[in-house]
Amino acid sequence: MSDAESNIDPADGTDFQPTAPNTGEEFEPVDVFPDSDDFDLRPGSDSCYKCSTCDTNCPVAEVDDEFPGPKFQGPEQWRLKQADGEHTIDDSVMDCSNCLRCDSACPSGVPLGQMHNTARGEYVSEELNTFSIEYIRNRILANYRTSAWLASKFPRTSSFMMNFGPVRWMMDKVLKVPKERDFPEFATETFQEWWAKQGGATGSRERAREVRERRGEPVDADKKVAYFHGCYSNYNTPEVAKALVNVYEYFGYEVVVPEQKCSGTPMFANGMLADARRHAEVNVSSMSDLVDQGYDAVASCTSCSLALRQEYPELFDIDGIEEVSDNTFESVEYLRIHEDLKGEIEAAEVDGELAAEFGYHAPCHARNQGLERQAVELFGDLEGAEMEDVGDSCSGISGTYGWKSEKYEKSMKIAEDMFEHMEEGTESEVGMTECPTCAMQMEHGTGYDIRHPLELLEAALIEEN
Amino acid sequence: MAIESDVLVIGGGLAGLTSALSAARSGADVRLVSYKQSTLRNASGLVDILGYTPNGEGPLTDPYDAIPDLPSEHPYKTVGLETVRESMELFDEVTPQYRGSHTDTNALLPTHGGTIKPTARYPAGASAGVASDSRDVLLVGLESMTDFNAEHAAAHLDAAGVPFDVRGETIRFPGELRADAKVTRYAKMLDTNSEVTVRGRKKPVREAIAELVNTEIENESRVGFPAVLGDDHTAEIRQELGEKIGADVFEVPMGPPSLPGLRLEDRLFEALDEAGGMFETGNPVEDFEAEDGHIEHVLVEKNGAMVPYSADEFVLATGGLVGKGINSDREGVFEPIFDCHIDHSEDRYDWFDTEAFGDHPFASFGVTTDDRLRPLDGSGDLEFENLRAAGSVLGGYDFAAEKSGSGVSIATGYEAGNHAATEAQ
Repeated sequence: MSDAESNIDPADGTDFQPTAPNTGEEFEPVDVFPDSDDFDLRPGSDSCYKCSTCDTNCPVAEVDDEFPGPKFQGPEQWRLKQADGEHTIDDSVMDCSNCLRCDSACPSGVPLGQMHNTARGEYVSEELNTFSIEYIRNRILANYRTSAWLASKFPRTSSFMMNFGPVRWMMDKVLKVPKERDFPEFATETFQEWWAKQGGATGSRERAREVRERRGEPVDADKKVAYFHGCYSNYNTPEVAKALVNVYEYFGYEVVVPEQKCSGTPMFANGMLADARRHAEVNVSSMSDLVDQGYDAVASCTSCSLALRQEYPELFDIDGIEEVSDNTFESVEYLRIHEDLKGEIEAAEVDGELAAEFGYHAPCHARNQGLERQAVELFGDLEGAEMEDVGDSCSGISGTYGWKSEKYEKSMKIAEDMFEHMEEGTESEVGMTECPTCAMQMEHGTGYDIRHPLELLEAALIEEN
Repeated sequence: MAIESDVLVIGGGLAGLTSALSAARSGADVRLVSYKQSTLRNASGLVDILGYTPNGEGPLTDPYDAIPDLPSEHPYKTVGLETVRESMELFDEVTPQYRGSHTDTNALLPTHGGTIKPTARYPAGASAGVASDSRDVLLVGLESMTDFNAEHAAAHLDAAGVPFDVRGETIRFPGELRADAKVTRYAKMLDTNSEVTVRGRKKPVREAIAELVNTEIENESRVGFPAVLGDDHTAEIRQELGEKIGADVFEVPMGPPSLPGLRLEDRLFEALDEAGGMFETGNPVEDFEAEDGHIEHVLVEKNGAMVPYSADEFVLATGGLVGKGINSDREGVFEPIFDCHIDHSEDRYDWFDTEAFGDHPFASFGVTTDDRLRPLDGSGDLEFENLRAAGSVLGGYDFAAEKSGSGVSIATGYEAGNHAATEAQ
């Protein structure tokens, strides 16, 4: 707070004398707002100097004439609400896709993600009718884990039914879920089922010890990670989760797969903060126990890692949440920090179906963690594979956002640049990204087959051996 | 293990990008790390070398002529006149969409406030607007863009004595834009030539704008718009508007957030990629470890985890007071990463002048260096043998008053990158 404030004469407020110093000692900041248990958004709001860098990064404001942009949604709306008791959260907050581009961009470190999530939570709990179709639909989308769990009991039937014309027509009409989208297929064996067959943590420890012995590393080396696989690689793309296990064991890491629920990402994005908190409590509890025992947490989905690293401590006050946040990493990032990944990749090559030119899209949530160039940089040295960065646009789907009929067109408009760069920039019809919903969008717009960096890493390091 | 490179550049603005580029082109393995986005996105996109002398003389005709007479602490004196020239050659080579390299003389460009700015390089999109041209100008403002009042800007230019007639008119941007639409929204509509509805009829937005301007234009042969004419297809948009209006179309550089600044940033990152440089943004460098005056690695903070990034040579290009490469509190002025010495008075009431446009000491705050841009401590010794500084983090000049911000960033970035690459190899 500036000392200028204490120089202001309350009578007219103009008696500012910069040449007559009021030096630090007697300065006592005034507590403008009463104590509260909520997270204090004031310092963040005060840091905004309105340069509008956030607005120029917002993919929604670029295509939507109704959306007021992140500077309003974040610091300005927060300030408006302090002015009087009359302002409620503007309903445009539901048009924010929670891509967090603004949060990644802000040169002043304003926590725009935290501000948006808080505002959206307040809007949903106080303004949105819980009997409305919008609320019901959003709640179903946000709780994808529940639907996926159910579907995984009858994977073939579910995959069929979810893409069965009449069913989709009904869903479009009743729930406002766009019929244009293809539902992802459910795996006939979930990752968790596969993992149990591999002997779980015990099996992994044995395999990791053998590898360490072979690599000439101490057999009791402290190499252990807790894998947060998230819902999608469990129910839909277990090949990604299996690749993670294989790659980590290749480097001699013991993997454990702790009890876990949804990371909360789709719940934040839909303002369902109570649901998110319930899931976060489970995740933090099981992850923090492992962190205490010396494990680091890794995630293969960049939205999951972002949730655990950044959104959890910004939104919830749960025992152990900071420890989990400080010790969570994206899975390839972790190996880059701790292993000679560059050297291994330079010595390797891929052939077969993964010897391709990949159109790589950096998910916004990966960008937020500083990972936007990781895959391009790393695989640039891999013989047999080529990486083409398809530009810095958002994919537009933003998790559940593009799964809403009223947002579908917007979502496709945002993605136009990415589709164009994929089609112009690459020969082989194959793409790469870390985020499962970006992958859906990439496939939806181009028909390309989309792979995860861990799959290429696995093919490069392991399958040829 | 640490994330490794020969040269690590900290900062993603004009100085950091130029320094990474010059090091990469010298063959070094370079990594640039930048916390969030830089002030380059707020810059007008005009690239100045020197517009005025430190004691306010100008506008200068030839910036290179004035460099030998600058005070010894000025960064241009540190790197020398030849380096300034070489660095501009690098800039010209990587930015084919810039103009002005045909001469040493400053061009005079109209600003959105209606003043005239002396500048060494300018985007091709601004070139039809130069004030030395005698053809008449129509400035077209957009009703919802309050940052640019065309009538006001025209009146100012007229008062400044420009050698042509200038008039301002304001139109309503076609379509259903909100009153505070973002610059990126206008740019996107123009880039994609979106359909808009005008009096019940649908037409492409470029055509709709040209029709509106055609009702206002008299015999002017140049038309200036605020700098929102697209992001990806600017040349095409200007050409189409120009053909439909029957005049040369140019952009008037705007204040923040600035599309010309953003386009320059994009182009420089692209050039760095082409030169084989690596880069990543989003996480701050928070700390470092050094031994005997030699930096071993810096620590990048990633959501609570401190990750070491090692290199042989480091370049500090974190910006000035606005970019937060220099910070201050009630106790003093400091450089937050390496705590490099910054010369300043102990009494903070000496840091500024009481006149708003006075001679503010804070404007020249920054690190002092040896002749190879290595920061010096309070007693004139090297802070670290393998750290160099470039851009606004340097002291000894007031870029706002001199109009030298871009040139100093380019020249010192170039020099720091070259030295770092040579030392690292």
